[in-house]
Amino acid sequence: METSFALTGNGYVIVAADTTAARSIVKMKIDEDKIKTLSSHLLMAHSGEPGDTIQFAEYVERNIRLFQIRNNYALRPSAAASWIRRSLAQSLRSRHPYAVNLLLGGYDTAEDQPHLYWIDYLGTSTEVPFGAHGYGSYFALSLLDRYHDPNATLEEGLATLRRCVDEVSKRLVVSPGKYKVKVVDKDGTREIEF
Amino acid sequence: MSIMQYNGGSVIAMVGKDCVAIASDLRLGNQALGISSNFQKIFSVTDRIYLGLPGLATDVTTLRELFRYRVNMYTIKEEREIQPETFAHLVSSTLYEHRFGPYFIEPVMAGLSKTPSGSFKPFIAATDLIGCLNFAKDFVVAGTASEKLYGVAEGLWESDLEPEDLFETISQTMLNAVDRDAYSGWGVVVHVITKDKVVTRTLKGRMD
Repeated sequence: METSFALTGNGYVIVAADTTAARSIVKMKIDEDKIKTLSSHLLMAHSGEPGDTIQFAEYVERNIRLFQIRNNYALRPSAAASWIRRSLAQSLRSRHPYAVNLLLGGYDTAEDQPHLYWIDYLGTSTEVPFGAHGYGSYFALSLLDRYHDPNATLEEGLATLRRCVDEVSKRLVVSPGKYKVKVVDKDGTREIEF
Repeated sequence: MSIMQYNGGSVIAMVGKDCVAIASDLRLGNQALGISSNFQKIFSVTDRIYLGLPGLATDVTTLRELFRYRVNMYTIKEEREIQPETFAHLVSSTLYEHRFGPYFIEPVMAGLSKTPSGSFKPFIAATDLIGCLNFAKDFVVAGTASEKLYGVAEGLWESDLEPEDLFETISQTMLNAVDRDAYSGWGVVVHVITKDKVVTRTLKGRMD
């Protein structure tokens, strides 16, 4: 089943999401990218109802871009999180709400700090040192409580992420096989071979 | 499981001698799964009014933003700060606007209102999710631990407590009530409002 993790460290945020697109019991695709790069220093992992996820992620991506073109500066992570949360909260009380859960990782270039926001389909948003969505969260969160270090280097952060992925593979009946991992730090966003 | 219990969380407000206190837990959960241990549910409205919003977390943020907007509009139009009594009615009517599709929040307010003589009178109030006001003289509670809070507060509260004693009373009430509730806890924040300052303290709580 769909799983995504994210954790902060010393000057970076790691965002990881599985790459399977499943319909019922069938895997339709095993190389789906569920992490969107919203701007130069902003990453968003999206999961939930297929269709809604892509539609909403693209809607967010285009609006973040539009803001950047109009104002000649990018939204900071906290501002982007507020806007995205509001969109989801308004959608919740509409006739067809988006069922999309998000992990928003960004690097604030103004204050030189990484930020991570946990957002669910209801429009619940909170800043966290680490977060997860999906069935994997039941295993990963307690593991991250034990091993997460906000001052860890990127290598140590990736080692902690490896623990999460391995634990989910070991204990979850319907565990995903492959993950895509992206990092955002002061130099921007990039994908990492994992 | 009701939507009111989905994210968990509790708030309490108490009256003291020329002071009021408001406290909440810091947990944000998804049913039994804890997500955050630093989710603020209490917000300052003015320097002398604090508002606690326990209930569905999405509506905590939505209402916080809505009340900030409405209080700002009031301040600009009236060219004065809103008084606690007026603010309580603003909260009540805002919630009743959504009578048949409510925000799942039970607000708790605490503040000091200015009397004609220039002194300050303690004020606390709470409403249900559709805005039925409850003005209490002693304490008000709301959230998933409300039953426990009633019990402990009933035992510990007494009238005319000084700010330091009120802090101790509300802190012990909150910590002990929250330890008997699976959906609240993970730390507590307490605000004690007196006429010339607000003291905010974060308490460590059980992390289970």
